[in-house]
Amino acid sequence: MSTSAKSVRGLGAAGTGTTHHIRQRVTAIALLFLVPWFVFSIIVACKAGFAGAQAWVAQPWNAILLILTLSAALYHMRLGLQTVVEDYINKSGTKQALLILNTFAVIALFAATILSVLKIWITAGA
Amino acid sequence: MAGSSKTDTRPLSPHLQNWSWHATMYGSIFHRLTGIGLYGGAFLIAAWLIALATGPEAYAFVEMIAFSLPGQLLLFAWSMAVLYHFANGLRHLIWDGPMIGFSPKVASIWSMFNFAFAILCAAIIWSLASIF
Repeated sequence: MSTSAKSVRGLGAAGTGTTHHIRQRVTAIALLFLVPWFVFSIIVACKAGFAGAQAWVAQPWNAILLILTLSAALYHMRLGLQTVVEDYINKSGTKQALLILNTFAVIALFAATILSVLKIWITAGA
Repeated sequence: MAGSSKTDTRPLSPHLQNWSWHATMYGSIFHRLTGIGLYGGAFLIAAWLIALATGPEAYAFVEMIAFSLPGQLLLFAWSMAVLYHFANGLRHLIWDGPMIGFSPKVASIWSMFNFAFAILCAAIIWSLASIF
């Protein structure tokens, strides 16, 4: 998805055009549907104890929606914190370090959470 | 501006110190604050999922923290942050898409509604969760 202004004017001072903004909105639209499901589900799962919560994640639709929620939320929050760092941290080195840390943190969270979901789902089916 | 010889005739926006505080400012600031808070919350979701994948002992440890009084207070604040960021995020989408709600009066009322929504919905969700 891109705006017509982007195609005629190039990519602007940051070199990325409206990409960041549009990705922020698209992940927000996804989360509009995923977050209500997630809030309801996590309460039900947490009240069910260890075995109940594991059984909940082991349901294919729950595992799929959980992976989608985690992916959209992690991408959305990476974009969000990137803007916060760019707005408030003026020192170039610190800014670059925090932007890289932001990316690393989100990817680490993605790897750890998705592997956990997959492990629960696979061991339940075995 | 100090050190500047050129006089800029363009109007300056009021500095934060003498700006009168209004609902939309709180609305905007809290959107960012709750966003940063929810970033931290993602680590807690990760801890919960990792513990669930690790085993009953690890999960019991996470449950012990989550069901303690500080844990419950944190989760209640977290749910308010989710609901506020959700409601105000929806407003951002309505601003960007159909472009509704820019007039100062509507924007102020909407900001206050979002705060009320977050507090009331959190209270309702926690009441329902404790009943069922």
